[in-house]
Amino acid sequence: MSEQNQGWSRRNFLTSTAASTMSVALLDRAAGAAPADEPKADPRSPVSLSLNVNGSTRRVALDARTTLLDALREHIGLTGSKKGCDHGQCGACTVMVDGKRVLSCLTLAAAAQGREVTTIEGLASADGTLHPMQQAFIDHDAFQCGYCTPGQIMSAVACVKEGHANSESEIREYMSGNLCRCACYPNIVDAITGAKPKMKEA
Amino acid sequence: MQPFVYSRAEDAAAALRNGNASLPSAVESANQYLAGGTTLVDLMKLNVMRPRMVVDINALEKTAAQIELGAQGLRLGALARMSAVADSADIRKNFPVIAQSLELAASAQIRNMASLGGNVLQRTRCIYFRDTSYPNCNKRTPGSGCAALEGINRMHAVLGTSRDCIATYPGDFGQALIALDAQVEVQGQDGKRAFPFAQLHRQPGASPHIETTLKEGELITAFTIPALPFAKRSLYLKIRDRSSYEFALASAAVALDLEGDKVRDVRIALGGVATVPWRAADAEARLKGKGLDDQTLTEVANAAFAGATGHGHNDFKVELGKRTLTRALKQAAAMEIPT
Repeated sequence: MSEQNQGWSRRNFLTSTAASTMSVALLDRAAGAAPADEPKADPRSPVSLSLNVNGSTRRVALDARTTLLDALREHIGLTGSKKGCDHGQCGACTVMVDGKRVLSCLTLAAAAQGREVTTIEGLASADGTLHPMQQAFIDHDAFQCGYCTPGQIMSAVACVKEGHANSESEIREYMSGNLCRCACYPNIVDAITGAKPKMKEA
Repeated sequence: MQPFVYSRAEDAAAALRNGNASLPSAVESANQYLAGGTTLVDLMKLNVMRPRMVVDINALEKTAAQIELGAQGLRLGALARMSAVADSADIRKNFPVIAQSLELAASAQIRNMASLGGNVLQRTRCIYFRDTSYPNCNKRTPGSGCAALEGINRMHAVLGTSRDCIATYPGDFGQALIALDAQVEVQGQDGKRAFPFAQLHRQPGASPHIETTLKEGELITAFTIPALPFAKRSLYLKIRDRSSYEFALASAAVALDLEGDKVRDVRIALGGVATVPWRAADAEARLKGKGLDDQTLTEVANAAFAGATGHGHNDFKVELGKRTLTRALKQAAAMEIPT
């Protein structure tokens, strides 16, 4: 989705402020940081990382404790991935790493170096055309509040690609790691069933 | 989360060098290996685990994540992910209990992350272990007592407990390894060694904080599973509060070698009810040479839970465990075995 064409939005505001405030502080700290593969005596010194997110390289210097989820949201400015439980129980933070769906809240950002990270922001085409799964969630009314939706969609795309979307019960089993407290489950299953043939065409 | 030094090991030697201060699976260990992180990062966020150094071993995937099936049996690299093993057609056909135990565990995302080595070392879900606002947990703080004994213990163990700890071993895959006579291969500063998987975990006894027989800094590198006659007729039955994405209240990994209607050989491992992946050897002995009639199965189930002790809320697990085992054995006997 092209955000430049949409004027000023809350998402734009969050993204640009996060990027501008963090970059100054991080570059200062990054200057003296040792490479990530050399153990350092001081656990408080930042780790310099190069993360490949949605096809572009993002250089950041982070506290080693930073999860991939926090790196994406707070440091890179991609707020699409959501923090629900922050303990790997709800699936709201689901992203792809090297094409596999994982929980970004239980992934250390440092451990994601050298991997290809794909977030909900990287799913649509460059011209703004939605991914068939995104369109299916809209068409099937597969959300209410929308908070779990980015994680649901990332997980749903993987569910189809893994070959685990062959029946309603299989979809329910393989989507069980994504909770929806609005309980949109029936429509989510419908959306995945509907998107599956379109993903093959695409 | 406490600050730590992140270190990335490019090979086993580097991992062992940096991991040498890691105590065997103990909460207070200064160095911890990081594979999928689904247990470690979670417990670090809860301040239950507070390593000073995290040694990322994921680069070892290149050599330690292989799934190899030969005439002798199956060899699983410890960095193979749960999903890769569960999805293997060969494993589903020849070692169904392995695939089922992995597939019925956790969620698709967690199975993509979690390694087999980390899976068998996952920590208990005991709420008093995970919540540092309770001072008394012998597993977290040795000598502090056990809040679960008089607390909410519906999810806790009835087998292998002690006066100091009744925390349940939460895994599923471990029971499958027990049921198929698996060996575990480890690598340490002193070289490599292999031993029966059944000897990896320690019952809590008077030192619940020491959970395994691993030596300081040792790294699990592989599991080997022999192609024994009962491996094909094996299954994992998991009974839980939800039908997906939940830990077991009671589970059974069973493997049967039948000769006509009689049981030539059998393995029984129980989960959700014990402090370690639990082999029910007495129950196996009762079943050998017999048929799977109702009276025999009752005796077998009673033998499996003969030493069980409930602690109030979890009393139901004794009966649930017996019924789970009985159903698992009946289902295994009825399996159609592909040739």
